[in-house]
Amino acid sequence: MHWIEIGDLEDIPKLGARVVRTVQGDIALFRTADDEVFALRDQCPHKGGPLSQGIVHGKRVTCPLHNWMIELNEGAAVAPDEGRTACYPVKVEHGVVSISLEHAGLQKSA
Amino acid sequence: MKEKLVLIGNGMAGVRTLEELLKVAPDKYEITVFGSEPYGNYNRILLSPVLAGEKSVAEIMLNDMQWYADNGITLHCGKEVVEIDRAKRKVVADDGTCADYDRLLLATGSNPFVVPVPGHQLPGVVTFRDIRDVQLMMDASKQSRHAVVIGGGLLGLEAANGLMRQGMNVTVVHIHETLMERQLDKVAGEMLRKSLEERGMHFHMPAQTVEILGEERVRGVRFKDGSELYADLVVMAVGIRPNMELAKKAGIYCERGIVVNDTLQTYDPSIYAVGECVQHRSQTYGLVAPLFEQAKVCANHLAHFGYSRYQGSLTSTKLKVTGIDLFSAGDFTGDDSTEEIVLKDASQGTYKKLVLKDDRICGAVMYGDTGDGAWYFQLMRDGSDVTAFRDHLMFGQAHLGDSGHGGQSKAAAMSDAMEVCGCNGVCKGAIVKAISEKGLFTLEEVRTHTKASSSCGSCTGLVEQIMASVLGGGYTAAPKEKPLCKCTDHTHDEVRKVIRERHLLTIREVMQHFEWRTPDGCHSCRPALNYYLLCAWPAEYQDDPQSRFINERVHANIQKDGTYSVVPRMWGGVTTSNELRTIADVVDKFNIPSVKVTGGQRIDLLGVKKEDLPAVWGELNKGGLVSGHAYGKALRTVKTCVGKEWCRFGVQDSTAMGVRLEKRTWGSWMPHKFKMAVSGCPRNCAEATIKDFGVVAVESGWELHVGGNGGVKIRATDLLCKVTTEDEVEEYCCAFIQLYREEARYLDRTAPWIERVGLAYVKQRVVEDVQNRKMLYARFIESQKYAQIDPWAERAQHNVQRYEFTPLMEVV
Repeated sequence: MHWIEIGDLEDIPKLGARVVRTVQGDIALFRTADDEVFALRDQCPHKGGPLSQGIVHGKRVTCPLHNWMIELNEGAAVAPDEGRTACYPVKVEHGVVSISLEHAGLQKSA
Repeated sequence: MKEKLVLIGNGMAGVRTLEELLKVAPDKYEITVFGSEPYGNYNRILLSPVLAGEKSVAEIMLNDMQWYADNGITLHCGKEVVEIDRAKRKVVADDGTCADYDRLLLATGSNPFVVPVPGHQLPGVVTFRDIRDVQLMMDASKQSRHAVVIGGGLLGLEAANGLMRQGMNVTVVHIHETLMERQLDKVAGEMLRKSLEERGMHFHMPAQTVEILGEERVRGVRFKDGSELYADLVVMAVGIRPNMELAKKAGIYCERGIVVNDTLQTYDPSIYAVGECVQHRSQTYGLVAPLFEQAKVCANHLAHFGYSRYQGSLTSTKLKVTGIDLFSAGDFTGDDSTEEIVLKDASQGTYKKLVLKDDRICGAVMYGDTGDGAWYFQLMRDGSDVTAFRDHLMFGQAHLGDSGHGGQSKAAAMSDAMEVCGCNGVCKGAIVKAISEKGLFTLEEVRTHTKASSSCGSCTGLVEQIMASVLGGGYTAAPKEKPLCKCTDHTHDEVRKVIRERHLLTIREVMQHFEWRTPDGCHSCRPALNYYLLCAWPAEYQDDPQSRFINERVHANIQKDGTYSVVPRMWGGVTTSNELRTIADVVDKFNIPSVKVTGGQRIDLLGVKKEDLPAVWGELNKGGLVSGHAYGKALRTVKTCVGKEWCRFGVQDSTAMGVRLEKRTWGSWMPHKFKMAVSGCPRNCAEATIKDFGVVAVESGWELHVGGNGGVKIRATDLLCKVTTEDEVEEYCCAFIQLYREEARYLDRTAPWIERVGLAYVKQRVVEDVQNRKMLYARFIESQKYAQIDPWAERAQHNVQRYEFTPLMEVV
């Protein structure tokens, strides 16, 4: 797998997100309270809202447009809403965050 | 090893308790369920639509066999428990099946009461309680023609309606003079009788049944006065009795039901009981709403959390007979200490009666037009003082014209295709379908599944009516005071009180103190907690940007395409050529696609890219423009008219007054957005009487108006008082704002807040109690010291939270 270093863990606020611009579109990197990092395509499956701008809680983010909740680990909407946004592999080593654009979880309906 | 939990009674209360328990402690128990009926758990309150042929048995199942399997629950259905051995902690069923328990939950429900007159055991005499009864009645309706229903209460009338729908000739026999006498007064009872008669139902009342006639089968009913009625089906629907035989036999203390305390525990500490079989604080309940409240509390204790208490329920009633609208709640008869407001229009078939005690609603009966039932019930539960709107109370909450649902206020009159929720495009049919197919009982559940009333909320009353018409009296009424969000059972007011008393200074501390169920809350509670902390400790609290909605975090309004809108402050709506030039230059420099004048007399720049925000603000700052807070739960705008400086009618300088108020109050965070206006004369061109705080100039001074709203629910302001000087206007304004800031719940606008606490209370705190007003004013001024810092300048000139506005990286 081809990993791209994108920055330090400390660059992402706890319970917050940052955006990485890529040729595949914007990717949102989320950091949880216990420093796990997740990467999702920055688009809510509902109306395309920028998930990176939402409130992060537990391992979920709430979309700022219409309050859909999305699971950070696999991009699925929390029931009863249905839908899924693509997710990307992430690793954090020695405080450095890397992502891979190769194995994006495919867009499929839940 | 897991503890063992045994549930006796596979009905709505018991299974709901299991569901609540599985939600909070999924692995705590090995669960076994005994049910005497041969089905999974079904929705008993939908039996009357089944009888009426509107629904099938399959449609009213709540938990099928698969549900028990999926949750690892052993289900013994069709087996009746006949013995509880409390010494050995085990139960025995009629077929010999045994199960050991550590905790036992009794949810044995109730039995229909059969009047013990001669002949009550004849074939053709049935009760109306379970699926078997309904099937018996439906079979009978195929062969028989004449049915007598004994009992003119809720249950009896629903049974009678169902049988009539099955083509039978039905007579209702009632011992009292008024139908549904426990829910209706005489007038409403008569109206109900009349409209049921018009549908073809017959009545024999008041009449006391003394004998069921017949030899091999029922063939009639005889009454005390000697008269007789022919019948080939008799339905006994005079009431229900808590089913406590098993408990009694096991020596568990019972009175009219199995007696439980506020934790739903019986006198045997390892045995709990919920539902229709229990007696709590001398009350027994036969409606579903209280049972669900009990289920939630009981689950909390079964899970060993031990902090929740059941304190009894206030119930309301609706009749599930299609096309008949009837609502009843509380004490509708009244006494010497109560007052009545009555509205009756016989030609429209409407009747409303409200019973008031100490300026609060204590009971309501409505017939024909029940649109405002939910609202009256809410006022009743909240104990709201209705003095301020008593003159139009009778005409309901919607009398000023709500927007968003086509002026509809009667759900019953709507077709399935008509739109209920204008925000999310949800029509009536979709809501009805979701309620019955997905087994929804609460407003919260309907909102989650359909989105109806989950945005602006203006159609909440309609959605509640639809729920009531589908579920009848069974729908869950919200508990008296709602918890702050799903992460906790504690209310807004409880949380606020502890923040002040314990000097809590971080969101974490609050969550730890109240044992939040989620690790870091959710999008609902975090912004509320952030606000409560900031309001309580303006000097000490460190604002948490990650607990703010995006608009407040980046000080601009997010738009549907992810760009932002920027609204600079224009004090009192006054601007200059230099400010306009600055704005024009910014628009050109950053290619801002759209410029619009707002309703609050400001200029909105739409379509700004997020990364441009700091630079846009920097340019605006250079021209003397600061944040207009159009994005915040905060002071928004002070709208003014030109006033006496120019206007030939103006009696005061409203523009200068408006500018002064805005300079004093800008930057303050509030429970919700807050709008003000100042008009220079009673012509009120600034529309001050639909603002949160409105000032109207008169020759002798200023009128101060509060609690107006021009949005979803139009509400005109209430007059707070009249003052003479500009200094007073400022003092009263700040004191009112501070009272709202300190006491309204997060996301309450001033209008619903004032309706809840009463105008009299606000007047007392702000106008009459001079000392208190001065203190409120002082606390507001103190908090403004920390609030009046232009957030745009901080970000444009001092690089605050730079990470918000730049991508982490660009991967080429």
